[in-house]
Amino acid sequence: MDWLNAIVQGCLLGGLYALFAAGLSLIFGVMRLVNIAHGDLIVLAAYLGLTVTGALGLHPLMSLLIVIPAMALIGYVLQRGILNRTIGDDLLAPLLVTFGLSVILQNGLLEVFSADPQKMNAGALETASIPVGGITLGVLPVLMFLTAVGVIAGLQWMFYHTALGRAFRATSDNQAIAQLMGLNRAHVFGLAMALALAVTGIAGVFLGIRTSFDPSIGGGRLIFGFEAVIIGGLGNLWGTLLGGIILGVSQAVGAQINPGWQLLAGHIAFLVLLAVRPKGLFPRMDG
Amino acid sequence: MVEPLLVVAGLDAHYRDFQALYGVDLQVDPGEVIAIIGANGAGKTTLMASIAGLLPNRPDAIRYRNEPIGRLRADQVAARGIALVPEGRQLFPSLSVEENLLIGGQLGRPGPWSLETVFELFPILRERRATASTALSGGQQQMVAIGRALMSNPDLLLLDEISLGLAPVIIKTIYEALPGIIGTGMSAIIVEQDIGKALAVSQRVYCLQEGRVSLQGHSNQLTRAQISRAYFGV
Repeated sequence: MDWLNAIVQGCLLGGLYALFAAGLSLIFGVMRLVNIAHGDLIVLAAYLGLTVTGALGLHPLMSLLIVIPAMALIGYVLQRGILNRTIGDDLLAPLLVTFGLSVILQNGLLEVFSADPQKMNAGALETASIPVGGITLGVLPVLMFLTAVGVIAGLQWMFYHTALGRAFRATSDNQAIAQLMGLNRAHVFGLAMALALAVTGIAGVFLGIRTSFDPSIGGGRLIFGFEAVIIGGLGNLWGTLLGGIILGVSQAVGAQINPGWQLLAGHIAFLVLLAVRPKGLFPRMDG
Repeated sequence: MVEPLLVVAGLDAHYRDFQALYGVDLQVDPGEVIAIIGANGAGKTTLMASIAGLLPNRPDAIRYRNEPIGRLRADQVAARGIALVPEGRQLFPSLSVEENLLIGGQLGRPGPWSLETVFELFPILRERRATASTALSGGQQQMVAIGRALMSNPDLLLLDEISLGLAPVIIKTIYEALPGIIGTGMSAIIVEQDIGKALAVSQRVYCLQEGRVSLQGHSNQLTRAQISRAYFGV
């Protein structure tokens, strides 16, 4: 039963990893941008949630009403102001710029919020649980998992059934021809980053409710996000969800064997999958 | 005297590191169809890309409705009513036939063209509307590319080598559809290697040779000998 429990809890944790990864997957899919600062943007969202919660006395989940639009706005401005200037034939320029952004974000957060670990208090929600069979499911992990599924389903629907999604796919296919159709690449990319950081806002607030955080943990979240994206196959959203789940389950099973093996087990699962399926489980057909 | 729709004046355009056009002058009047002929590498596609805004130029080198558009981005040019059917069709591979057409119409310019009228023009596309654009034959892809440009209800349609790589019977079908398109009062610039086709559909013709206009005139007045000389430079 302990093992079944570990697998189920790992699945639920995978939802959070999928939330970390969805934004990365989206921006890579639309503009082939690898955002090294993604983890730090998750941490920024957590601090935004903390600040809003503290200043307005809101429940952490209610802070999403402010954090999501704020992150979306940051995403649009960041893309139009900085990142669009780096996107071109050279993949190295955006990598370097987002790496620099990561350093700036970490040190900025350190300056403003200090290195002390912080946590958002979600009250009874954190300890509430529902017994299912012989296993006890925490309400918060279940909520995180359902949110991840909802976010992925929403993004998938947006991609294939809306004019915005069509614009994203067309721009991803051929930027010059999309421009001929009247789609301004700079604006389309801005919207993609806004959407990606809106999802990052959700991920950051959940992160801040689930565990304590400090300005230095962005790098680790970036790795989890990357691993989930690559396991699932670059640019495939449902694959990203599955990648998150595989990562979460590996970590939980590793921790079950030996508490020290939690992170290692996740990385090993990633490396094994990369060796067996270098393009991930569900590579994009048209890539 | 009617005011010209498009005036290209002294256009020097560069493609990567080399200069592809030297002082090209060209004019299109409202409702007029002109043809551009010339050998491979004469600069025809560069001229189309320049007009459509894919290559930046001196603002004044290209004027549309008496407004400088030489330095505008392609999306700004498209919004003013110029649509390009690019060489090699260049459909969006991850979009279906219908989605390719809808992308063309997303500017929302009013006019006669809609999904319905494009499907009437090319009925085969209605049957294949949900198909991935990559699964179509070359001729059907060309129909989508033309339909996609029409969906923006342009006032000036640029057609770049629409018969390239297609079977003669398909080319015939597409050229038979052209009068129905241009008959709506639209102006057009047609780039074509087949001189006979170019002269048949156009009122005036320009011949490009090594980036310069080597001949221009009314399509029904030029002789074969004049054209051959301008085309090949012999």
